[in-house]
Amino acid sequence: MTRACLSALMSHWRRNPVQIFAYLAGLALATALWSGVQAINAEARASYDAAETTLGEAQFDRLVSRQGASIDQDTYLALRRAGWQVSPVIEGRLGAVRVVGIDPITSPTGFGALDAGGPLPLDFTGPAQLFANAQTARDLPDDVTVTLTPDIASGVALGDVGIVQRLLGRDDLSYLTVAPMQPMGRPDLATVAPTLRLQPAQQGASVAQLTDSFHLNLTAFGLLSFAVGLFIVHSTIGLAFEQRRPMIRTLRSLGVPLNTLVTLITAEMLGLAAIGALIGIVLGYLIAAVLLPDVAATLRGLYGAEISGTLQLRAEWWLSGLAIAVLGTAAALAGRLWQIARMPLLASARPRAWVMASGARLRVQALGATALLIAALALSLFGQGLMAGFALLGCLLIGAALLLPVLFNWALAHLQTLAKGPVWGWFWADTRQQLPTLSLALMALLLAVSANIGVSTMVSSFRTTFVAFLDQRLAPELFVQVDDAAQSARLEAFLTQNKAEILPLLSTKAQIAGQPTDLYGVRVGQTYRDNWQFLGATPAPWDAVQAGTAVIVNEQLARRADLWVGDSVQISPDLDLPIAAVVGDYGNPHGQVVLSEDLFRTLHPDLAPLQFGIRTDDTDQLRAQITAALGIPDSAMINQAAIKAMSLAVFDRTFTVTAALNVLTLLVAGFAILMTLLTLADLRLPQLAPVWALGLTRRTLGRCELLRAVALAALVFLCAIPLGLALAWVLLTIINTQAFGWKLPMYLFPADYLKLGLYALMAALLAALWPATRLMRTRPSTLLKVFANEA
Amino acid sequence: MLLELDDVHKSFRDSETRVPVLQGVSFTLAAGQTLALTGESGSGKSTLLHIASGLEQPDQGRVLLSGTDLTRLNDRARASLRRSEIALVFQQFNLIPSLTVAANIGFQARLAGRADQDHIGRIVTALGLSDQMTKYPEALSGGQQQRVAIARALAAKPKLLLADEPTGNLDEGTAEGVLDQMMHLVAATGAALLIVTHSRLIAGRMDRQLHLSRGRLT
Repeated sequence: MTRACLSALMSHWRRNPVQIFAYLAGLALATALWSGVQAINAEARASYDAAETTLGEAQFDRLVSRQGASIDQDTYLALRRAGWQVSPVIEGRLGAVRVVGIDPITSPTGFGALDAGGPLPLDFTGPAQLFANAQTARDLPDDVTVTLTPDIASGVALGDVGIVQRLLGRDDLSYLTVAPMQPMGRPDLATVAPTLRLQPAQQGASVAQLTDSFHLNLTAFGLLSFAVGLFIVHSTIGLAFEQRRPMIRTLRSLGVPLNTLVTLITAEMLGLAAIGALIGIVLGYLIAAVLLPDVAATLRGLYGAEISGTLQLRAEWWLSGLAIAVLGTAAALAGRLWQIARMPLLASARPRAWVMASGARLRVQALGATALLIAALALSLFGQGLMAGFALLGCLLIGAALLLPVLFNWALAHLQTLAKGPVWGWFWADTRQQLPTLSLALMALLLAVSANIGVSTMVSSFRTTFVAFLDQRLAPELFVQVDDAAQSARLEAFLTQNKAEILPLLSTKAQIAGQPTDLYGVRVGQTYRDNWQFLGATPAPWDAVQAGTAVIVNEQLARRADLWVGDSVQISPDLDLPIAAVVGDYGNPHGQVVLSEDLFRTLHPDLAPLQFGIRTDDTDQLRAQITAALGIPDSAMINQAAIKAMSLAVFDRTFTVTAALNVLTLLVAGFAILMTLLTLADLRLPQLAPVWALGLTRRTLGRCELLRAVALAALVFLCAIPLGLALAWVLLTIINTQAFGWKLPMYLFPADYLKLGLYALMAALLAALWPATRLMRTRPSTLLKVFANEA
Repeated sequence: MLLELDDVHKSFRDSETRVPVLQGVSFTLAAGQTLALTGESGSGKSTLLHIASGLEQPDQGRVLLSGTDLTRLNDRARASLRRSEIALVFQQFNLIPSLTVAANIGFQARLAGRADQDHIGRIVTALGLSDQMTKYPEALSGGQQQRVAIARALAAKPKLLLADEPTGNLDEGTAEGVLDQMMHLVAATGAALLIVTHSRLIAGRMDRQLHLSRGRLT
């Protein structure tokens, strides 16, 4: 019986190949985008873990040179002799590879890499010079002996400090790692090594934590794409069930028990879902492989995080893809199975019932949508944290999607009453009748278009703000990096002699208001006064900063530490200063505090400025003069235009992935419309044949189908504009503030929206083209069969 | 002569062979005349009706409507002729499900550009549909749906009404009532009626009868 029943059920797909294609393709597309994003996230997280465990970079305090220079071996030996438990580290680059030399005997991480289960011993006594993974090994010079160690982070090679010094041709050290346990009574650092200072471990600011928001954004996009794809699945399952109602009735009449039928249908649909999901996972792998280089560039540009450029088939993402596809299908299936279970045995088959609008269902949908939109409003007013932000996005998008058919029903009824002429009247009435069947595809299109509007508004607003920010911050025409205090002093003397306006930048790291913070000392002058714009400020903030009686903080620190203008921050153990201004800072995710140069020098007398901004009318001439007079290489200088171009290039690449996911989501929505129209084509014949018989040509009917798709897409677009702008507002003012610490102003880009609207109309037109052409070419005998059916 | 079919042939492809459906059918129908076309299932009655209405083209032969040869017209011109001169009533799937009864009835008349509200009102009253005008077809019984189809056909004041088993789906009592009303209205509007039927009783009420057997008139 099982085989016979299954064979009967499967015969439906043989007779309706477009439907099974829609089902499998919908699942494959949904799973592809979801698992593609998950693959990228998994690869990135594995790389962060590898970096953390390989080097333990964020775990230990360090001793670094006060002057920003390297540390000589004698200083290290002096500290060891004095009882300091420190370990030498040298860093340098061999081509594209970051080479790190450690002392396996004294390193707090033990013999090299650590993994979650404990130390992963590396055999430093063997003939190998360096340890690296296979990808990194390929980038190392051929004459270096490498032991392949897959757990080492990409882009990093590890070796004994002596060997690395020899490979790099150096005899100094980059920094010293401080072991957590230190002997009692050891002498002060200032006594043993006055040229060094203690740099605290990067508490709460590991790369994995910093990049969490970025990955969460990607996941949200993946989930949106999955939801759009799942609409196709839901729609196809609904149609297949309606078309199989007569068969189900017959099977039950012939004695097939309800349980058997439900079990077989479940097995059949989930089996097919698994096949679709597997195809999707393969597609997801390909998508991830294409996008990974851009994601890697983004993470490097934004957070300095290195991730592997090679994708691995990790169980965590492909299993999650399979699971979410099967669960999504099961959810779509559950309602239909419930209908079968409740269907009276001899209920008449109503193949067209599915397409009839149900007023009661629309009312329930309107209530659900209203509840979700109210929840979104409440979350926007009272929600706290990133998860609340994403919950707000979810409520807003799902609520709006549920409301769409209700709004369309109203709008189409209104258009019907306004229609002049019988054909237009029929056109709008017929469009309204198609609404229940088309609504899932239209909801998918709404989500895709509004996500596009929202994300593009966010990115473009961000870009506009970022460009203005660069203009503020990069006012000096030339920037110079020096190696040490002596070079710094010589440069300043030279520039003073040449009457150039100098903006030295002193910097160090500190913990302020419980946050890891960059502390800057600046020479307050006209450039700062003219260019910096504040989110909030006292009447004369620069005067207060110059007098050493106040500081300026960036928005990230202000929001994370819940500070604002007028609040005080502790700059050193015995100095609290009020905040004179809060400045927007879109260049990095860290907190920053800006002091006057004089105050900074008082607090950190041993630090010299290692970066200079210089105002000049002739950049090229000044660069040449600096190189000639001081021997500072040209590579240590960069002019304003170059740094702006570089920053914008990093910015633009950052959002390449977002743009790609945007386009893919729109394509999936277009595909949803195509599949819905194709699977409906046969069901439409009984509705269209009478109109044809009454004197409308097949060509006219085909054109009406095209026009209907375009009209519906246009209505969707009209609804997507306010939804997309609301989405952009949430992203800019809530998600960004929570994820990155900055709130961005929102700008509108009507020309971009218009272009997107045209894309959406084109997508709908292209999706309708095939079904409409099929209708235009439908043979009269096929249409006449509708009337000849002697039921 | 309103309708003239001259040596009409039609065949359909069945797998690899062609099956002849109509083999040299010729007949005429004058304005205001009623004609029944009878025959067994598969004899080609419906195909003949479809060809007479211009919905389908014959392989060979001529179909003249008021002297215009439908076989020489393109799809657009035949569609135009259907809108203005011909009305059709089928056994089922007659109505446009997305329009109300009122909109369905007025639809073809408006397409033809001659919606006469008084005329429509009289037909609606005669067919007992006055209370159903705001309903959608799904809410009507089979008999009511067929009355709406007849009302729609006659509201357009066609010269030729073609009906394919118009009462085939109805019980005997309802069928008789619907037929009575149709005959009455056809007579009142002066249209010619070509009706395809299995029923000898219905055929007996027409001015003329033709019997189709294996694609030939007997």
